[in-house]
Amino acid sequence: MAYSFPEEVLEYVFAFLSYDKDRNAVSLVCKSWYEIERCCRRRIFIGNCYAVSPQIVIRRFPEVRAVKIKGKPHFADFNLVPEGWGAYVYPWISAMARSYPWLEEIKLKRMVVTDESLELISKSFKNFKILVLSSCEGFTTDGLASIAANCRNLRELDLGESEVEDLSGHWLSHFPDNFTSLVSLNMSCLGSEVSFSALERLVLRCPNLRTLRLNRAVPVEKLPSLLRGAPKLVEFGTGAYSAEIQTDIFSNLVEAFSGCKQLKRLSGFWDAVPAYLPAMYCVCSRITSLNLSYATVQSPDLVELISQCPNLKCLWVLDHIEDAGLKVLSSYCKDLQELRVFPSDPYGAEPNVSLTEEGLVTVSAGCPKLQSVLYFCRQMSNAALITIARNRPNLIRFRLCIIDPQAPDYLTLDPLDTGFGAIVEHCKELRRLSLSGLLTDRVFEYIGTHAKKLEMLSIAFAGDSDLGLHHVLSGCESLRKLEIMDCPFGDKALLANAAKLETMRSLWMSSCSVSYGACKLLAQKMPKLNVEVIDERGHPDLRPETCPVEKLYIYRTVSGPRVDKPDFVWTMDEDAVLRLS
Amino acid sequence: MEVGVMKMVNKEKLNLKETELRLGLPGNDEEIMGKNLTLNSNGKRGYTETVGLKLNFSGMDQTDDQKEKNLHKEKTPAKAQVVGWPPVRSFRKNIMAVQKNESEETTDKAGMGGAAYVKVSMDGAPYLRKVDLKKYTTYQELFDALGKMFSSFTIGMMDFMNESKLIDLLNDSDYVPTYEDKDGDWMLVGDVPWKMFVESCKRLRIMKGTEAIGLAPRAMEKCKNQS
Repeated sequence: MAYSFPEEVLEYVFAFLSYDKDRNAVSLVCKSWYEIERCCRRRIFIGNCYAVSPQIVIRRFPEVRAVKIKGKPHFADFNLVPEGWGAYVYPWISAMARSYPWLEEIKLKRMVVTDESLELISKSFKNFKILVLSSCEGFTTDGLASIAANCRNLRELDLGESEVEDLSGHWLSHFPDNFTSLVSLNMSCLGSEVSFSALERLVLRCPNLRTLRLNRAVPVEKLPSLLRGAPKLVEFGTGAYSAEIQTDIFSNLVEAFSGCKQLKRLSGFWDAVPAYLPAMYCVCSRITSLNLSYATVQSPDLVELISQCPNLKCLWVLDHIEDAGLKVLSSYCKDLQELRVFPSDPYGAEPNVSLTEEGLVTVSAGCPKLQSVLYFCRQMSNAALITIARNRPNLIRFRLCIIDPQAPDYLTLDPLDTGFGAIVEHCKELRRLSLSGLLTDRVFEYIGTHAKKLEMLSIAFAGDSDLGLHHVLSGCESLRKLEIMDCPFGDKALLANAAKLETMRSLWMSSCSVSYGACKLLAQKMPKLNVEVIDERGHPDLRPETCPVEKLYIYRTVSGPRVDKPDFVWTMDEDAVLRLS
Repeated sequence: MEVGVMKMVNKEKLNLKETELRLGLPGNDEEIMGKNLTLNSNGKRGYTETVGLKLNFSGMDQTDDQKEKNLHKEKTPAKAQVVGWPPVRSFRKNIMAVQKNESEETTDKAGMGGAAYVKVSMDGAPYLRKVDLKKYTTYQELFDALGKMFSSFTIGMMDFMNESKLIDLLNDSDYVPTYEDKDGDWMLVGDVPWKMFVESCKRLRIMKGTEAIGLAPRAMEKCKNQS
């Protein structure tokens, strides 16, 4: 059938489609649309670097300008994935260096990035603009020096919360004197001190600088000169926010902050002393995001600061804020959308602060736009959860961590099934949920029944039997990522729901009861899954087939078993897959 | 609490049902779900039980015995550190560890939950009281509170702040608030900024005016000048 639309017109129309889902839909219409779309797709998101190979991506999409790739499973953040498991970015960089000379943007999460990779990036892409390394590892400041020295058009360098081997602060001085394109710099994860004069000169010569997040080593007395040099800053992260109280430092800081009329987001504040917090008061009325999660200041000082931020949308804070502080938050910050409360002493046996479920209940009542919650506390009740659910049916993300594993409802000693059940029943748009406390199979019944939009679920020390897992796998229609630790889930639910696993990105199970035999069986039935057994006790053949594996990571893939496995990872039924392909 | 059943998977006697893919509800086939199912009286989990749930929020499923057990439930040792729990990122753990060490060296009045309780004695009163200094933000608030506490005795504290009454300083009926600071010295309340006072005050003593002479040299000066 001849088309009346020329290709160029379709291409032009497709350019307006930014969501992958839309582009994927378009590419399924017919072969001709598939061909046009694939040649003009500029942005690629790869949620699991092992789900597809660089060769397959490049073959299909030849004109890519921006890639985002994720590597290790989320539980790697909590040290559950052993060192050396994988997620190396080098093969991707090397393939893209050959095929995407015009690549501008690379964003990586939980990947292993070497200095070699960074150097290759800096030399291969002439128009390289954006590098974001979120929770990555494997590189040193030498790699950063290559980026600084060679990426003439760099706009954004964001090191996220990566683990960088910090050899020295000298890397920053590698930005050439005629380099002026910087828009965003986040070096907050680095330990070493950079040359302050190099930093100052960099800030002064980059007129488009909008984000500057310093590391802890930059002292507070140096902040005014940086702020004065970048009056158009929208986001600023301080270094260590403490010093001997000196009135001239304080007044310089006040003056410098007041010059930043567009400042909306603040972070940093390591070692904050209360006396310096008032220096920010002049910008508080415009602040929409505040990350105080490294500031160990007490509740009254936090309250003074927060009560001046009526436009706050996002707050990350330590549990020093206490219930009293959250009460103030709920009455002053009516625009609040996201709240994260981190534990100041997660391993302490006794509570060190007066933060309970009450604080969260109060915020849920007072902040009508609250949609995203991460809350660490030491006690919870079904009543509180039910109240929160009724107050805030618009919740999208709810991650609750009751620090003591399997802690029951502290008022009734019941499991917290009904509380979480209320959350999934009322919050119909819930996309992400993390459970904690004492939970039986019942809570999974509720989740399977109600959580139809749930995409990511995190479970620990919960459930009684395979039934729990079965409820989730059979009921949660939108589930993409499931991560489970220390639960009594075994073979049956997994095998009975094998097909479900192909509709998901990945499943992680550690310290559960899935047997080696079941893993092999699963891999036989589902050739499009990689069933990886991770076991540091040696090859599972050395143990009976019924022996549970230590850790299991299952993900769908179009590129078969991976070739970079360490010696404690086995892909089940690898031989069969290789024979078939 | 039963752990998931691990059956011997004997290849010869492979039970095909185990590998059968089922998209339907667990419903009627007990075998697939094994012995861990909680069965109702007719031995099956019906449709209504799985999907047609009416959420019962009264939590009446467990008996009191079971609830007691929940308290003493066999837990993964909570005090010993379990890998991966609580789910705090190493990045954050490292920062907090450093800060905790630093703050342990400079322990301030905060103590438990940010309270700052100090003993308050009043000369002539039969018993002492305690106040939480962190509850107040100004000296006046503190004096009001102390006034209420010791209301049965003559209160001259509020008047103390009033200059015209200074002349009565040496009068028996007036009281002077003093405090012992970190160095062990007895000081007059009111000289330093409030926050500094809270940080350095270890105990309060409401002294009789006659005993307070040595503490109020400025007041003395004024008296001399006025008389």
